[in-house]
Amino acid sequence: MKTDVLKVERAEVDEDRRTIERAVQSEYKYGFVSDLETDEAPKGLNEDTIRFISGKKNEPQWMLDWRLRAYQLWLKMEEPLWANVKFEPIDYQDIIYYSAPKQKISLNSLDEIDPELRRTFEKLGISLDEQKRLSGVAVDAVIDSVSIATTYKEQLAELGIIFCSMSEAIQEHPALVQKYLGSVVPVTDNYYAALNSAVFSDGSFVFIPKDVRCPMELSTYFRINAENTGQFERTLIVCEDKSYVSYLEGCTAPMRDENQLHAAVVELVALDNAEIKYSTVQNWYPGDKEGKGGIYNFVTKRGICKGINSKISWTQVETGSAITWKYPSVILKGDNSIGEFYSVAVTNNHQQADTGTKMMHIGKNTRSRIVSKGISAGFSNNSYRGLVHIGKTALNARNFSQCDSLLLGDKCGAHTFPYIEVKNQSAMVEHEATTSKIGEDQIFYCNQRGINTETAVALIINGFAREVMSQLPMEFAVEAQKLLAISLEGSVG
Amino acid sequence: MLSIRNLHAAIDGKAILKGINLDIRPGEVHAIMGPNGSGKSTLAAVLSGRADFEVTDGTVDFLGKNILELSPEDRAGEGIFLAFQYPVEIPGLTTTNFIKTAVNEVRKYRGEAPLDAVQFLKIMKEKMALMNMDQSLLSRPLNEGFSGGEKKRNEIFQMAMLQPKLAILDETDSGLDIDAIRTVSNGVNTLRNKENAVLVVTHYQRLLDYIVPDFVHVLYNGRIVKSGTKELAFVLEERGYDFIKNAVNEGQEA
Repeated sequence: MKTDVLKVERAEVDEDRRTIERAVQSEYKYGFVSDLETDEAPKGLNEDTIRFISGKKNEPQWMLDWRLRAYQLWLKMEEPLWANVKFEPIDYQDIIYYSAPKQKISLNSLDEIDPELRRTFEKLGISLDEQKRLSGVAVDAVIDSVSIATTYKEQLAELGIIFCSMSEAIQEHPALVQKYLGSVVPVTDNYYAALNSAVFSDGSFVFIPKDVRCPMELSTYFRINAENTGQFERTLIVCEDKSYVSYLEGCTAPMRDENQLHAAVVELVALDNAEIKYSTVQNWYPGDKEGKGGIYNFVTKRGICKGINSKISWTQVETGSAITWKYPSVILKGDNSIGEFYSVAVTNNHQQADTGTKMMHIGKNTRSRIVSKGISAGFSNNSYRGLVHIGKTALNARNFSQCDSLLLGDKCGAHTFPYIEVKNQSAMVEHEATTSKIGEDQIFYCNQRGINTETAVALIINGFAREVMSQLPMEFAVEAQKLLAISLEGSVG
Repeated sequence: MLSIRNLHAAIDGKAILKGINLDIRPGEVHAIMGPNGSGKSTLAAVLSGRADFEVTDGTVDFLGKNILELSPEDRAGEGIFLAFQYPVEIPGLTTTNFIKTAVNEVRKYRGEAPLDAVQFLKIMKEKMALMNMDQSLLSRPLNEGFSGGEKKRNEIFQMAMLQPKLAILDETDSGLDIDAIRTVSNGVNTLRNKENAVLVVTHYQRLLDYIVPDFVHVLYNGRIVKSGTKELAFVLEERGYDFIKNAVNEGQEA
């Protein structure tokens, strides 16, 4: 293992390995399609599409105006091309921007959910039945463009916590939505964020009032089902003074030959002494082993530590998607605030990932910690891209970054692009990076102890990713470990 | 229990083992000695199923099975254990997790139920005491940052946990001071019984002061050129490997 400090590095593998070779794609477990009757917008994007979406949701005028403004701005913007990924240009007129499973307009209880929908979520291991659910986790289930159900709403409401779909929040809590929507990721932030602002259809809204620690994990489960559909969800989490929430999102999609676009925006706001822990287990369909199909996961996630002593922590386990373009970031505005980013990104076959974070230090004594673990196999390309910015006002800011890459086989690539901008001399910024390979020696050592190669790879991978996996909520850590092993199945043979 | 007949093996087309014959019965300790490059470690690697080596001729029968047809993990399941000369590090994987997985995989192979956490912990504590191991090693990543002595002790600890029928110790004494040799040997001796056997691969005689062999074989240029009892090791220690080499090169029995 070698350690390089402050160096952009690129590691390609040499060709002398016998045991470790590229191999077969494992089965994607969530690739089924549910037969749901849907209500769709016509293909393509123009002002009418946006009016259609807004109309479907019976939105107030201010929301429609916001969308239309975003659309006008988007028309003038250009797709970012700086990421280390390659793909054919997206035809934005060939996408369906709104698709909703048909069901009764309003549900009186969770029992009224369409049985086919319920089965879909059960197949995914998500029970919408509160009694049967893993206790202590509330779920918002989003399929294609709409939220299907949210569990535990009443119990949470007793504490003043709002956990509902974004559509409902726009109707029921317009003041909060108007105050915070777009306050962290402005409409013009980037091409995909602008697109999302114009056409977003649903997502989750969380509000934790002052002095409340949310007593259970909140989670949203995203599923793309319909063909030719893009998913554009919008999530907003606001934590008032001295409040706390731990939130988790999971995602899957059917196996399809064409690429599908997923362009989400997530905004987090933490006020004085508040803490938000946001975890993602991303398992969108990655495409087949030749690189056909799969989700383009172009996502903007950002949180602001607005208040003093606040904390935002991102944890992500990224195993799916054909292409991932995503940089969950933290603006450290409040003095003494803390930003964290823990990431495991796995790419296999022809997957491409360009992911990392931005830590923007503004307040005094702000601290950030970045731990990124990239695992590449097959013909994939896995890049870490991160920015640590220490502003003029950020007295005594601290950052520590650790970026490790693990390579399986000799056809994949691992890349690290750390950017550091320091405008205050009191700052202390550390960056460490390593690149290693799973050795034949390691696998043989496990084999000799009776452990087969698949299990050996899983052990080695989980060891490599341990620091990040240990950040996940208990309920999901085991699942995520299995997911890592499944994503790499057959990549060592 | 182990019967090696006319074993030939090569790496990258280069012949290393050139007709090994060896029989090991339950309860016996055999030592393989020989100068550097004679093929000692290759023999250990071939028996445990390392893929770098190609077996070009011969058979290896272990308890009635042709193990050359088995994968390394299945050989481990059958009861073959290799204590590595250079134990491998696996960052982030705790020693406990590794050993628990190994023990349960081997149990699965043998059709036994996996040990639960409580049972496993109890056995682990017993074996740790035997090897005089520091408990903190078990929560540390496998072999990462371990000293040479700790790594070798960890090998024998794993042997104690897996209870193999045939343990192959590949240069287990290399890099160890005398106290560590004593601890490691003590561990091996405690694990010996009438049903299992040990094959000690070593360059030096000193390990054999502690793990006393029933038979000593001298390997030179890919063949066993001389076999004897433990006294043969003393002769080698006194006269060096040169007298064997000379004897072989002159075409006569040493």
